[in-house]
Amino acid sequence: MLNNFPLWPQQASTLAGRVDALYVFLLIVTGMMTLLIFICVVYFAARFRHRPGVRAEQIEGSTPLEITWSAIPFLVFMVIFAWGAVVYFKERTPPADASEVYVVAKQWMWKVEHAEGQREINELHVPVGRDVKLIMTSQDVIHSFYIPAFRIKQDVLPGRYTVEWFRATKPGIYHLFCAEYCGTQHSGMVGDIVVQEPAQFEAWMNGGSSGPLSASGEKMFAELGCATCHRNDAGGRGPNLKGVFGKPVQLEDGRTVTADENYLRECILDPGAKRVKGFQPIMPTFQGLVSEEQVNALVAYIKSISSANAGEGVKSSASAATPQSAGKVQPNGSQVQ
Amino acid sequence: MSMEIAIPQPAERETYLNKEYGVWSWLLTTDHKRIALLYLISITFFFFIGGFFALLIRLELLTPAGDLVQADTYNKLFTMHGMVMIFFFLIPSIPAVLGNFLVPMMIGAKDLAFPRINLLSWYLYIIGGVLMLHCMLTGGVDTGWTFYAPFTTNFTNTNFIEAGMAIFVAGFSSILTGLNFVVTIHRMRAPGLTWARLPLFIWAHYATSIIQLLGTPVIAVTIVMVAAERALHLGIFDPKLGGDPLLFQHLFWFYSHPAVYIMILPAMGIMSEIIACFSRKRIFGYSFVAFSSIAIAVFGFLVWAHHMFVAGMSVYAALVFSLLSYAVAVPSAIKVFNWTATLYKGSIHYDAPMLYAFGFLGLFTMGGLTGLFLAALGINVHVTDTYFVVAHFHYIMVGGAVMGYLGGMHFWWPKISGRLYPEGWARLAALIVFIGFNLTFFPQFILGYLGMPRRYYDYSHMPEFQVLNVLSTAGATVLGVGYLLPMIYFLWSMRYGKPASDNPWNAAGLEWKTASPPPTFNFDEEPVVTWEAYNYEELDAPHTEEVRVAR
Repeated sequence: MLNNFPLWPQQASTLAGRVDALYVFLLIVTGMMTLLIFICVVYFAARFRHRPGVRAEQIEGSTPLEITWSAIPFLVFMVIFAWGAVVYFKERTPPADASEVYVVAKQWMWKVEHAEGQREINELHVPVGRDVKLIMTSQDVIHSFYIPAFRIKQDVLPGRYTVEWFRATKPGIYHLFCAEYCGTQHSGMVGDIVVQEPAQFEAWMNGGSSGPLSASGEKMFAELGCATCHRNDAGGRGPNLKGVFGKPVQLEDGRTVTADENYLRECILDPGAKRVKGFQPIMPTFQGLVSEEQVNALVAYIKSISSANAGEGVKSSASAATPQSAGKVQPNGSQVQ
Repeated sequence: MSMEIAIPQPAERETYLNKEYGVWSWLLTTDHKRIALLYLISITFFFFIGGFFALLIRLELLTPAGDLVQADTYNKLFTMHGMVMIFFFLIPSIPAVLGNFLVPMMIGAKDLAFPRINLLSWYLYIIGGVLMLHCMLTGGVDTGWTFYAPFTTNFTNTNFIEAGMAIFVAGFSSILTGLNFVVTIHRMRAPGLTWARLPLFIWAHYATSIIQLLGTPVIAVTIVMVAAERALHLGIFDPKLGGDPLLFQHLFWFYSHPAVYIMILPAMGIMSEIIACFSRKRIFGYSFVAFSSIAIAVFGFLVWAHHMFVAGMSVYAALVFSLLSYAVAVPSAIKVFNWTATLYKGSIHYDAPMLYAFGFLGLFTMGGLTGLFLAALGINVHVTDTYFVVAHFHYIMVGGAVMGYLGGMHFWWPKISGRLYPEGWARLAALIVFIGFNLTFFPQFILGYLGMPRRYYDYSHMPEFQVLNVLSTAGATVLGVGYLLPMIYFLWSMRYGKPASDNPWNAAGLEWKTASPPPTFNFDEEPVVTWEAYNYEELDAPHTEEVRVAR
C-alpha cells in the first residue's frame, strides 16, 4: 500500500506543464494569503487576549484599508483569471492538422475508432509527439473523457460532438477515467491511454486494421443511398458534399453556419433543422437507422472528400467560401439548381 | 442532583418553554422560538442520517475494491447523503433554527411577521422530509444530488420523482422562511433600530432570504421539468427527444450555486456576532461587512456556469463566468479581512463559540482560496469532477457553514435553553471537529489533483490512491465523534446544566436584553434602541446601567 504513494500526478502531455505551472503559482499565492491571515489571527489572538483591567480599543474601520484589501486581491485574481484563460484557450483549440480519433461513450465503456482504421475498447493508443484530436459523442447519458496525466477533461454528450485534444510527450500507460457520473458502473468506465514511440505506434496501427474509417464511411454512403442525391456534380437533389467540410453554408432560413462535424452529424440525424438554401426538404432522417459509429464513419468520409489531398485535386483556399466542384456557384455561396 | 440550583423563587417565571405543555402546544405553536426548536430537532435527525451515509461512503473507500456495498448501493448512498445534507440540513440549518429564534428578538419584535406561515413552513419541511424518508426506505435514488439529465430523465431505474417531490416541497418551506424574514426585517424593527444599527446577523439573513425567494422557484420548475420528461417523455433535456442536456445544467446551477450562499451567508452572520462579542469590540468596517453580504447575494446569481467549464459550453461563456467568479470572491475576502482586523486591539476571550469562530476562519479561508483554483479555467478542466471539488465544497459547506452553525448553537444555547453547556467539553469538541475535519478533507485536495474522480465506489484500477483515502476515512471517524459530543452535552445540559443568566457573555444585541429563556412575546415592553450595534465599549464601561426590557 505504501510502496506506491504519489503526491503529484504524472506529466505526460504538452498541456500538463502549463496547467501545473499555474497550479504552482496558485499554491504560492494562496499559501501566502493563508499564512498572512493565519499569522494575523494567531498573533492578534495571543497579543490581545483578555487581561483583567485592559479594555478593548474600539476601532470604527478604515475605508483606505478596505479599498486596499479589496483592490490588491482583485488585481491578483485578475492575473490568475487571465493566466487560466490563456491555458484554457490553448486547451480548447485543437491544432488544424491533428490526427483524428472518434470516441463513442456508452454505459459503461469507451469505444474508440482511429481515422486510420483501428478500433479499441477502453484503450487508446497514441504516438508520442503527435497532436491528437478526439471527436466524441455519447450513445446514452453524459460521460466525461478524463486523462489526469494530460490534464484534460471534456464532457461527452449525447446528440452532439464535443472535442478535446492533446499531444503526448512521454511513452507509458496512463489512466483514462469517466469523470461525469453515469450510473451503476461509472467507476468501471476506466481504461488505459497507451502512449508509444512513433515506430511502435505505426506497427500497432498496421496490425490487423480494417482500413481507414473514411473507407467504411464511403461504403456506407453508397449502401444507404446517399450518393443518389448527393451526387458528385451540381445536378443532385441534395448538395454536392465535396469540399463542403469546414466551409460556411448558407441555410434556407437565411443563417450561415460552418459545416463542422456537429453540422454534418445534425444533417444526417435531423436533416430538416438546418437545410441548405436552394434544396427541398426531401431528405429522410437517419435517426435510429445508423449507429453512432456509422455516423462517425459517414462524417469521416465527408471530411475526407473535403480535405486538400483528397481525390480530384481540390487544392482550394482561394475559393474557400464556396463548395468546390459544385459547378455554378453564386458569389453569396448558394448553389444554383 | 440538581436540587441546589433552584434559587428560591415563589413562582417560576413564565418562559416560552414552560408556558404550555403537551404535544399540541408544540405542534400547533406559532411562537417563532418553539418553531425554531421543532426545526432543530428535525434537522438534527436528518443531519445524523446524512452523516451515517457519509460514514458508509468513507468505509467503502477504505479499500480500493468495491467490497463493502454494491455499486448501486454506493450510488444511492452518495445521492442520499447529498440530498439530505443539502436540502434537509444545510439549507434550513442556520436560517430555520437560529434565524427563526433570533431574527425577531434581535430586532425587538414579538414574533415574525407571519407566525402561521412560519409554522406552515415547518410542516412543508416535514412533508418533504417524510417523502424523502419514504423514498429512502423504498429503495432510494441513484442520480447524484445534481440529478443531471438525461440520466435522471430517461435512464435511472430509481424513483426520482418522489425524491424530486421531496425537494420541491422542502423548497417551499425555504421560500416561506425567506419571505417571512424579508417582511419582518423591513416592517418590524424596534423604534430606533435603523438599518445601520442592525446586527450583521440580520444583514446576512436578509441577503440569504433574497436568494431563497428568488432562487428556489428555479429549482422547483427544474424538478417539474425533469419529472415531466421522465413521466410524459416531453423532450426538454434528452437530445433523443429533441431536448438539450446543457439546458438542465444551466437551470440546475442557477439555483444550486446561489444555494451555496444560502448555506454560508448565515454562518458569516454568526461569525460577526461571535467575533465581536469575544473580542469585546465593534466589528471592523461594519458597513463593508454588511454590504458584502448583499454583494455576495447579487453576484452569487451571476456565476452559475462555472460548474460547467467542461460541459460543452462556449469558451467565451466560460471566460465570462470565470471572470464573474473572481468578482464574487472579493466580498468574501473583505469579510475575512474585516473579522481578522476586528481581533486587533481587542480583549479576546477563548470561550467555545470563539474557538468555533477561529475554526471557521481557518476552514472558510481554505475553502475560499481553493475556489480560486476552480475558477481558473485552465485548472478547472483538470480538477472539476474530482475529489478536489469535493474537498473544496466541504471546506465551505461543512468547514464553514457547520462550524458557524455549531458556534452559533453554543453562543445562543444559554438563551435558547436557559442553561449553560459544559465549557470544557465544548472546547474539546471544537478542537476535535477542527482536527477531524482537516484530516478528512485535506487529503482529498491531493487526491483530486492526482485525478481521482468523484462518485467512484471502486478504485481498484488505481490502487495508488489508497493511502490518502485511508487518512480521509480515519479523519471522518474523528469528525463523527466531534459532531456527536455537542449533541450529547447539549441534551445533558438541558437537565443538569447550570441555569444561565440573561446575558452570560455580556453580549450586545437585543436578544440578550430579555430573559433566558425568553418569554413568549420576547420582551415585556417594546425596546427602544438608541445605540449602535456592538456597543461593547458601553457594555464594558465600569458603570453601565443595563437596559433591561424584561425582568
